[in-house]
Amino acid sequence: MSGLAMPKPDAETMRRRAEIVADMRIIVPGEGVVDAANEMRAFESDGLTAYRQLPLVVVLPETAAQVSRVLKYCNTRNIRVVPRGSGTSLSGGALPLEDAVLLVMSRFNRILQIDYPNRVVVAQPGVTNLGITAAVEQEGFYYAPDPSSQIACSIGGNVAENSGGVHCLKYGLTANNVLGIEMVLMNGEVVRLGGSHLDQEGYDLLGVMTGSEGLLGVVTEVTVRILKMPETARALLIGFPTSEEGGQCVADIIGAGIIPGGMEMMDRPAIHAAEDFVHAGYPLDVEALLIVELDGPSVEVDHLIGLVEAIAHRNGSTTCRISQSEQERLSFWAGRKAAFPAVGRISPDYYCMDGTIPRKELPRVLAGMRDLSEKYGLGVANVFHAGDGNLHPLILYDANVPGELDKAESFGADILRLCVEVGGVLTGEHGVGVEKRDLMPEMFNQIDLDQQMRVKCAFDPNHLLNPGKVFPQLRRCAELGRMHVHRGQVAFPDIPRF
Amino acid sequence: MSTFTPPSPAEVLSTVQWAAAEDTPLEIQGHGSKRGIGRPLQTEHTLDLSKLTGVTLYEPAELVLSAKAGTPLAELEELLAENGQQFAFEPMDYGPLLGSESGKGTIGGVLASNLSGPRRLKAGAARDHILGIAAVSGRGEAFKSGGRVVKNVTGYDLSKLMAGSWGTLAVLTDVTFKVLPAAEVEVTLAIRGLLDDAAVAAMALALGSSAEVSSAAHLPERIAAKVAAGRLGSDAATLLRVEGFGPSVVYRIEALKRLLGKAGPLEEIAGEASKAIWRDIRDCAPFADGGARPVWRVSMAPSQAHHMVMALRMQAAVDAFYDWQGGLVWLSMREDDAEAELLRGLIRKHGGGHATLVRASAPHRAALPVFEPQPPHLAALSARLKAEFDPKQILNPGRMA
Repeated sequence: MSGLAMPKPDAETMRRRAEIVADMRIIVPGEGVVDAANEMRAFESDGLTAYRQLPLVVVLPETAAQVSRVLKYCNTRNIRVVPRGSGTSLSGGALPLEDAVLLVMSRFNRILQIDYPNRVVVAQPGVTNLGITAAVEQEGFYYAPDPSSQIACSIGGNVAENSGGVHCLKYGLTANNVLGIEMVLMNGEVVRLGGSHLDQEGYDLLGVMTGSEGLLGVVTEVTVRILKMPETARALLIGFPTSEEGGQCVADIIGAGIIPGGMEMMDRPAIHAAEDFVHAGYPLDVEALLIVELDGPSVEVDHLIGLVEAIAHRNGSTTCRISQSEQERLSFWAGRKAAFPAVGRISPDYYCMDGTIPRKELPRVLAGMRDLSEKYGLGVANVFHAGDGNLHPLILYDANVPGELDKAESFGADILRLCVEVGGVLTGEHGVGVEKRDLMPEMFNQIDLDQQMRVKCAFDPNHLLNPGKVFPQLRRCAELGRMHVHRGQVAFPDIPRF
Repeated sequence: MSTFTPPSPAEVLSTVQWAAAEDTPLEIQGHGSKRGIGRPLQTEHTLDLSKLTGVTLYEPAELVLSAKAGTPLAELEELLAENGQQFAFEPMDYGPLLGSESGKGTIGGVLASNLSGPRRLKAGAARDHILGIAAVSGRGEAFKSGGRVVKNVTGYDLSKLMAGSWGTLAVLTDVTFKVLPAAEVEVTLAIRGLLDDAAVAAMALALGSSAEVSSAAHLPERIAAKVAAGRLGSDAATLLRVEGFGPSVVYRIEALKRLLGKAGPLEEIAGEASKAIWRDIRDCAPFADGGARPVWRVSMAPSQAHHMVMALRMQAAVDAFYDWQGGLVWLSMREDDAEAELLRGLIRKHGGGHATLVRASAPHRAALPVFEPQPPHLAALSARLKAEFDPKQILNPGRMA
């Protein structure tokens, strides 16, 4: 691992490994416990493959009761637990720890209820994102958030990461589409948040659970809202001589009151890589390529296509194609959807970043990235969820060249610092995990981080659930709970009293 | 009795630090427009945020607006309207219901009470649109969470945690919301004369179609006369709102008419008349009678709520109407000791949800659990969370009890 410090393995836990494995077999009988190194190899990393670690033992429970017993067992014995869904995290959220039980939720793979009148689906957390849509599409419904890993990623993992996708400007993130969960706390207690109704009573624990990266509880059931599929969708493929013009076009589309279903931008290196790979017919003489997809009734889509086309012309577009068939619309997307593998063809390895910026800062950030690219001697291609400012720079490197991974990581860190500097954030949808953990102080001061960790203390006071993720430095809850009150030092006389 | 009226976040911080040092609780308020909701507080001091005002950032093309927590909502809505934008979650105004001035309330209060309106069905509540906050915890520490961009998963979402916390976790000083374009046109399709069960079925049918209905409410007979200055007459009205670009709205209304043609007599209501109806539904105008008869706000699965209401009618004198496709029930009840238990028992029996007593006399509020009581494990978790933000219980103590 390139310089990433993880929590020191607990010697007592390591010493008692055989006993723990045996106890896990009692709690989860059958095939649910894996402890042979060669079989655990499949779980040693997630989508962030640069980091690998075999866990203490892999446990695959099937019921919430088993999850509860495993967590309670571990909690009383001070054993760490790392939850894992499908293992598609791009930030190392499911990276195992040497002394931790890896709790794999893939056997929770059933849809429990489909309720069309209330437009909700209740699913176990191991059901894939696309599996939910597959269960309801014959009735013309779908589940809106569509992370690019949707064929594999689990809905429980989506809750843990608050996953987005290309349609989230219009349809929201996971947090806006989940109505309820059942979860197990580290002490084994099972709680339900929300349900088929809107808004939960009391504090919005569902809101804080969504995107908590597996540090607060283990999700054992998810209730999501489903939507009726739009009648139709059409796309425009628009090329610009500069990223400034492309960016202004996006701003003007939104300024005209149009929220497209999807709005994606690619820079020159990404356009070329994608075109070479899938021959989507992308123009090669432009600096920025914009895909704008409009969905809804065809009368609306046709109306908006006209408006967007006019806005594109006003902003100096040099090419503007409008899809005339479903096949053509898909061909516009083919290059964008293949952007990652396309970049994979032109470089032995690539490293995908995930900052979000205020959209107007795009030209400045792209210029900064060009400078950094020169400084580090590594190429970079950009794909951009243009509507919401979520940038995915792909840094090109070769892991076989000694030192290049480190260089790519430093380059990535500098890009994220730049994102924060212009008013953006470290991660738009991939999560902090281990990858951006040590960059958290770029965005938050110690008081901010301490308050986040105090939330953790309310759920898991012993820091046993997924430690080493999200927070650069874990502080003990007792220490975090101490209050430093300086009586008499407060500027009380300055406060106006009435 | 002192009222602190800090004009800056720094002075909010020093006030809370002082209160923490003195172990003295504070009542946190903006305009006090929702002061009648929740357990009555008996604190010696009040922290009044109404002077902590001002828009700090508004970039329409970036869909983002930041303001100090005490900024009047009405001012912000005006600013957004000038730019063709809005808070899509349509925050309600409790003024009419609580018998106070309408048009009051601060943006901090919008988040602290997680306001929404009829468009909640499609667009979510305040919790779904909050992007970032700055706040002072009961520990006397200024912290921030989130950011100013519409897509962000960096760290825990403490901004959402503030939604519906009624000032019991932290004092908000700054909030940043996602804002969205306002619809060009809105038209409401009314189906007349339906009973509750037929209305709920019609609303489910409409919401399950691709007509993108943004709001669906049912006003039973007589209640219908109490919105939009009686314009609807007193026959039951099942209302479906369609918003968007002109040609699209025409098309979708036609689609709904075909879909629901057999459900009952149909009526189309456009423009200002439509807006007036939804404003009154949003603000619970049918029960805004200037009195103090208890009003409950109940959230359940849309297909279940009317069954609960039917069962309730067998045992109590209630008036009811429905928003959110039937899932939000506004109930006007008689002040009667058993009302809370009866209502909450029936909610549990009909699939679950929650009930909040949003209007009642102070003694009545002091005697009842105003907010839905939670099961033991969840209540314990909430209490631990409160302690992590406000260990000395100095922020609105007991309000959510």
